Amino acid sequence: MGATRRQALQTLAAGAAIASLAGCGRRDDPKGPLNFWAMGREAEVVAELLPAFRARHPGVDVHVQQLPWTAAHEKLLTAYAGGSLPDLCQLGNTWLPELVALDALEPLDGRIAESKIPRDDYFGGILDTNVMPVVGGTRVFGLPWYVDTRLLFYRSDLLRAAGHSKPPESWSEWTAAMRAVCERGGARHYGVLLPLNEPDPLFALALQQGPLLADDDTRGAFAQPAFRRALGFYAGLFAQDLAPAMTAAQISNVWDEFARGLFAFYVSGPWNIGEFRRRLPRERQSDWATAPLPGPNGPGLSTAGGSSLVIFRSSRRKAAAWHLIAYLSEPATMERFHALTGNLPPRRSAWSAPALATDAPSQAFARQLERVQAAPKIPEWERIFQEMQLAAERVVHRAQSIEVATTQLDASVDALLEKRRWLRARALASAAPR
Amino acid sequence: MTRSGVIGWALAGPALGVIAVFFAVPVAMGLALSLTDFDLYALADLSTLRFVGIDNYLRLLRTPLFWQALGNTFYFVLVGVPVSIGLSLGAALLLNARVARWQAFFRTALFAPVVTTVVAVAVIWRYLLHTRYGLINQGLAGLGIDPIDWLGDPHWSMPSIILFAAWKNFGYNMVILLAALQAVPRELYESARVDGAGPMRQFTDLTFPLLTPTLVMVGIMTLAGYFQLFAEPYVMTQGGPLRSTLSVLYFMYEEGFRWWNLGYASAVAFMLFLIIFAVTAGLLRFDRDPAAS
Repeated sequence: MGATRRQALQTLAAGAAIASLAGCGRRDDPKGPLNFWAMGREAEVVAELLPAFRARHPGVDVHVQQLPWTAAHEKLLTAYAGGSLPDLCQLGNTWLPELVALDALEPLDGRIAESKIPRDDYFGGILDTNVMPVVGGTRVFGLPWYVDTRLLFYRSDLLRAAGHSKPPESWSEWTAAMRAVCERGGARHYGVLLPLNEPDPLFALALQQGPLLADDDTRGAFAQPAFRRALGFYAGLFAQDLAPAMTAAQISNVWDEFARGLFAFYVSGPWNIGEFRRRLPRERQSDWATAPLPGPNGPGLSTAGGSSLVIFRSSRRKAAAWHLIAYLSEPATMERFHALTGNLPPRRSAWSAPALATDAPSQAFARQLERVQAAPKIPEWERIFQEMQLAAERVVHRAQSIEVATTQLDASVDALLEKRRWLRARALASAAPR
Repeated sequence: MTRSGVIGWALAGPALGVIAVFFAVPVAMGLALSLTDFDLYALADLSTLRFVGIDNYLRLLRTPLFWQALGNTFYFVLVGVPVSIGLSLGAALLLNARVARWQAFFRTALFAPVVTTVVAVAVIWRYLLHTRYGLINQGLAGLGIDPIDWLGDPHWSMPSIILFAAWKNFGYNMVILLAALQAVPRELYESARVDGAGPMRQFTDLTFPLLTPTLVMVGIMTLAGYFQLFAEPYVMTQGGPLRSTLSVLYFMYEEGFRWWNLGYASAVAFMLFLIIFAVTAGLLRFDRDPAAS
């Protein structure tokens, strides 16, 4: 324990040292290589897209550094504090508000207009995650690179056998389908897998009901009827034994269990298209499909996730960084990127490629992406998101009623947002005429 | 100042300087930080930094999650330390027994978990503890006991973490206790046997009293270490389920490095320091009293 903490501190110190070295190189040399931080698999793959970029911009040398997703957030903030941010970066789009609050990102409106990148080619909800309010209007701080949202993966054979030939579109149809599957399957069969440690499914259901924050995003609205309806539906699935009260860690292999029929529906994201193809046995490959997320009364909203490309204000090679972003945002590049990673492109024109246009599981995502909504754009959101799931977990485990859990959740959210209220009051006071 | 005084200070100077730079100054800065609301907004613009006095501490005392983390930590310490030291003592006694064979092999084998990496063995333990396919539940099934959801059930998660931590750490104390046991002169046992003391009596009246100073030392070290519980829940449960394995240090890590509330996290660190200080000071006093009387 003591030793591990020491190791952690040493790692931090080493990281800071490396970051500061990188910083020195950068500051001394505005014509040096372009530093691009990317995460996980994308960082491995982006190198294959670069030769074409180099051919077009021979003067720009791109240096890609790979960050693991789990450490990326800490590393970005540490780099900000240490003044050693790269030129451009791949950023989970829920992290944008934080870096905008730090005033670390460069607005891209002018460059987008100059490059004639059509904004309305992007899925609206996805592009909107990059649009942040600033003094006197809004600005775009990033361009979506790939998208992520949640929808239904389901066992079409189980559904058909239970008398449902079409995937459900509304909450009531969904519940009916799950009941039918459970009745047919008997004990130890469930309708849907909603891992209790994943807030995204509940968040998507809540988006369908109404806003989660009130008062200019400075107070929680979780005790309002909208969220209570969503949580009631979510917790009801567990209470009726339609969903197992399990975390992802408890189901060691989701794909095995899906193939075995432990559950018929699974709310998940685009990466699982590839995983299902790789990991499900061959005889199950024709038995699964995807469908947009059901809403209270018909097709519903889902989450607007994914990664964006951003340029840091501190960069001294913004023009070159923009060239790279513009290149990565071309539909042709996005198609190659999809072929390499399976990541779904954020531009509608990139979806006309045969690999996507004729792919049934992906097409459900295309339909869902027309109905996605950005999360509240405040730095505290990630934390509120986690608190929301903890409250839901307490309700599912019947440790608290929905009323008590949501009231408590609002209280803790209000406490988290105290500084925002103070900042807003201060801004209003300084803007008011003397 | 006398000449020897000057020389004394000169000799102690470098060490004092190092202590000041690497200990006193950071601690003082940490304390200062804990009196502010240093957070993300302050990182962006220092003018939003507010001096809040002891508000962080008061807020901490009003935070249910902190109390839960403190409760979990005490649960881990109160159960984990005796279990861990008990295991160490048991293993040391077995290794020290005259009839024990292949001592060197067993000593190495039992010490092995200490030198393994937490992250790597956590993967193995997650398999052992798995509800459906885990070896432990399969063993229990052989005894006719229903499977237990070790890491997913809030009631069993902390016992699982304790089991894992005790397994991981007992070898270290075992080696220290074994050294202490081997330092007990064999003649004492011989005379005890001449006086008619059986094995049990030999342990309570001879081995245990001679081992007490070592046990107290081992106890304090283990206690201070176990209060800083972090890596085990970090790799096994991420503090869940239902926050049942969230420790104070984990709470501090989340506040500081995940949410960037450095002022508040510093207050947590000082609170933990005070608790460990108070408990170990109490234990030391408990050790000294019988000696003084």
